[in-house]
Amino acid sequence: MYNFEVERPTSVSNAVAALGRDEAQPLSGGQTLIPTLKARLAAPSVLVSLTGIEDMKGVRMEGDKLCIGGATTHATVMREAEAHYPGLASLAARIGDPAVRNRGTIGGSLANNDPSACYPAGALGSGATIVTNNREIAADDYFMGMFETALEEDEIVTEVKFPVPDAARYEKFIQPASRFPLVAAFVARFSDGVRVAITGASENGVFRWTEAEEALNGNFGADAVKGLSVSADGMIGDLHGSSAYRAHLVGVMTQRAVASIA
Amino acid sequence: MAQVKMTVNGKAASGEVEGRTLLAHFLRDDLGLTGTHIGCDTSQCGACVVHVNGEAVKACSMLALEAEGAEVSTIEGQANADGSLNVIQQAFQDHHGLQCGFCTPGMVMSTAALLKDNPKPSEAEIRHYLDGNICRCTGYHNIVKAIMAASGQDTGQIAAE
Repeated sequence: MYNFEVERPTSVSNAVAALGRDEAQPLSGGQTLIPTLKARLAAPSVLVSLTGIEDMKGVRMEGDKLCIGGATTHATVMREAEAHYPGLASLAARIGDPAVRNRGTIGGSLANNDPSACYPAGALGSGATIVTNNREIAADDYFMGMFETALEEDEIVTEVKFPVPDAARYEKFIQPASRFPLVAAFVARFSDGVRVAITGASENGVFRWTEAEEALNGNFGADAVKGLSVSADGMIGDLHGSSAYRAHLVGVMTQRAVASIA
Repeated sequence: MAQVKMTVNGKAASGEVEGRTLLAHFLRDDLGLTGTHIGCDTSQCGACVVHVNGEAVKACSMLALEAEGAEVSTIEGQANADGSLNVIQQAFQDHHGLQCGFCTPGMVMSTAALLKDNPKPSEAEIRHYLDGNICRCTGYHNIVKAIMAASGQDTGQIAAE
């Protein structure tokens, strides 16, 4: 790992100011970024640690939305979101392993937008709003492709606001070595419609499976998606699974998620 | 270089570190606490698990500067005050929960974190919790047994026996 300076601001405004320095990059829980730095895939001059900003931590209800601070760890979401949004708490409880969950944060996961990460599916599948120091971005406009988001250079994910569905389930086909999903489906059933988000499958990262949503809006049951399939074109293919295999898993994981909440 | 201060196993510790210095390197190279092992260095194996403010973390994936002001516990702080092995360590010895011993500090620290939250974990809960701790010798069976024993539970009913 190349050397860098570390800044530890205690407010969002100081963090944004520090990000104005040359070659500065935000550091949240570091569970992806630190291994990335070790592999010399990134070489910032300054890392701006966000974990000392108390305003960016915590889980609370605001009206009918569940609001989670950007620097909130997966372990905290697992514990504190359970009473409000169990489907999301269950997703957080299955990220990585216990030690990773004690460091990794929701803001870090959403800012990185790994094509196989869990939180992008939870955010897109819930129709969440990503709140930054500058603006609010609907999840539908936020995920721009593999490792790409709508975030600007000096933008920090300060909070994520989740509408709470009547029921939701995240079904993850785990890749046991990395503990990332090989493919996972997040299905959320709201009174005004169903959302289905798929992670781990597409070369463009998380996506909504609109065909399944339409079928489930008509008839919410695993049978409704049984006959549907997604094309293997554009699906990730690697030594862990071919693109055809991943395309197949999209259907299987969605059916399992639907079956568990139907 | 920057100054970092923390409490390690109840004692004040400080040193001059680079931005990139990992907590695992600070503990091992600056404080001489080499019980925290670095196995994979990619946060997969769990040999470097320590507790920071009471929570298990992988010390190879946290910067030393991020532990500023924190309470850190390592394997060196686990024994009883008289130097005898604590309940978890003794159970690992009694049930042969280690062979080469490389993963053991991380296993013991993860076990301590598990039992703090869940004093009587089931076998399934133990196996799930140890997801992030890899042992290449034992096949985990005796580790699970040791944890059952350390939590005062019957070790006779474990699967695969």
